[in-house]
Amino acid sequence: MRKAVAAPELAGTSNQVTQKLEGVPAVDRMERLRPYLYVAPAMLFFTLFFFFPIAYVIYLSFFDWSLLNLEEMEWVGLGNFTALMMEEDFLQVLGNTLVYTAVTVGLGIFLSFMLALWLNRKAKVYGIVQAAVFSPHIVSLVSIAMLWMWLMDPQYGLLNAILEMVGLPGYTWLSDTKSAMISLILVSIWKGVGYNTLVFIAGMQSIPKDIYEAAELDHSPWWRTLTRITVPMLSPTIFFLLVINTVSSFQVFDTIYIMTQGGPVNSTNMLVFYIYEQGMDFYNGGAASAASVILLAMVGLLTWLHFRLMEKRVHYR
Amino acid sequence: MMQVGRTAWKTVEWVLLAAVGLVFLFPFLWMFLTAFKTMPEVYQFPPTWWPESWQFENFRIAWSSGPFVTYVMNSILVAGGILILQFLIAVPAAYAFARYRFPGRNLLFGLSLIALMIPSQVIFLPVYVEMSHWGLVNTLWSLILPFGASAFGIFLLRQSFMQVPDEVIEAARLDSASEWKIMWTIMVPMAKPVLVTFGLFSFIYHWNDYFWPLIMTNSDSVRTLPIGISMLKAAEGGKQWNVIMAGNLILVLPILVVFFIAQRHIISAFVYQSK
Repeated sequence: MRKAVAAPELAGTSNQVTQKLEGVPAVDRMERLRPYLYVAPAMLFFTLFFFFPIAYVIYLSFFDWSLLNLEEMEWVGLGNFTALMMEEDFLQVLGNTLVYTAVTVGLGIFLSFMLALWLNRKAKVYGIVQAAVFSPHIVSLVSIAMLWMWLMDPQYGLLNAILEMVGLPGYTWLSDTKSAMISLILVSIWKGVGYNTLVFIAGMQSIPKDIYEAAELDHSPWWRTLTRITVPMLSPTIFFLLVINTVSSFQVFDTIYIMTQGGPVNSTNMLVFYIYEQGMDFYNGGAASAASVILLAMVGLLTWLHFRLMEKRVHYR
Repeated sequence: MMQVGRTAWKTVEWVLLAAVGLVFLFPFLWMFLTAFKTMPEVYQFPPTWWPESWQFENFRIAWSSGPFVTYVMNSILVAGGILILQFLIAVPAAYAFARYRFPGRNLLFGLSLIALMIPSQVIFLPVYVEMSHWGLVNTLWSLILPFGASAFGIFLLRQSFMQVPDEVIEAARLDSASEWKIMWTIMVPMAKPVLVTFGLFSFIYHWNDYFWPLIMTNSDSVRTLPIGISMLKAAEGGKQWNVIMAGNLILVLPILVVFFIAQRHIISAFVYQSK
């Protein structure tokens, strides 16, 4: 005995009537509960693996504790944070993270914008080059990190061989405090530029053609069309990429773990690697969770900003 | 004159296109070539391009350096398990968000969107502690469960469920189909392109993941392929780049081959995030 279910909106109005008669019929109650039942599993998982962990790591950051013995936790208040701020290594980690992020994101977005302007064409060759540029994006960072370690091998690597072929001196790449960070940035730009390029191209293709036709009728020079039409019309895309790239730069880990282990002398140590080392290697849960909270605050701020500006954009349309 | 200028420019552009293509593809070719070289040839400077004699032996050495059958099985179980769980959880949630009006809907959907933005690297420590409380550290569950609810999947599916015309659902209701049945037999098939897109994205992403298995596992029986491959690097006595590259090729080649076959689809799966 199946009942014909009314559209949800209609079910709502009939509920109001029955509610007055006390005791809501069981079928209607089921109908009102239904959406909550459908959403419940997702919310359960978000709570367990997302919202609760956020609250939990903030709680943990006020204690001195170790992963080896979770029973013994000692309340230290803001002690972990003040200790971090006094520690030179950590300040360097923060600085490294910011430098890495600024250069990777800035240069990455600039290069991919240029590539997109160039490759956004119909002919097949452009499609092939687009695919080539994108290909590193789908490959595991583990392989990419190991591949580039081999290319950057100071004695036998291909990069130095090429430099030598054109008469330039070899480079120390990952083994030098001065160049290790640059090498990591190079790898992450190489990996990420293809994704950004394709997002830019998708954005460019959604700009209405008649705007460009009008500009052409006005004999607008190309750079003016670029700065007055293309860039402003792409501003939501640019903003989206800025946020996405910044958040993912904050998370850099695999390349550090495989290529440099944070060295030489802490020069490539960044936040997630620092948290990993403190928590999993040195069993210093307090420092690790305080650093997690700092990272969380940075990512949270960006997310909030993202939603705020997205909202604005929707309203102005 | 104009014609000559244009041909010259075209030539320059083709050279540039080839150069950009090479910058991104050549490293993979170099991985391939190195994987077939002998040790002395690897450590020859300047390097040779083409392997002097093709060493298939390197693959055997890489493969037998650890229980690779187990790694592959674990990778399939983890990436596949995550995919199935995400599907089972995202479909009802997306259906409710797309098709019902209920108090708290916007709040709950907003919470899912926040989950879309915060990466797991930021909260791995508390999740690890949670897992160790439940005794799940070093099990495949610790690799699967945290990714069970995909905000991205819910978001994508909701969009496509909203596009199904009302008439289709009305007609099904008149045929007295239950809501549950409408969801799985009408909405899901209509959202198939989006499901394929999402499936590709999710599977490739978790197949490649290194961070989470590194944190959560410490024994070979539950490790995944990327961890197994990365351990080739730790081998004693100088880096055997030929064996390391052979191992990496095992991880990279299937994905690259699939990519160049289903290129359009995979690119849209990844770029879809921006819409």
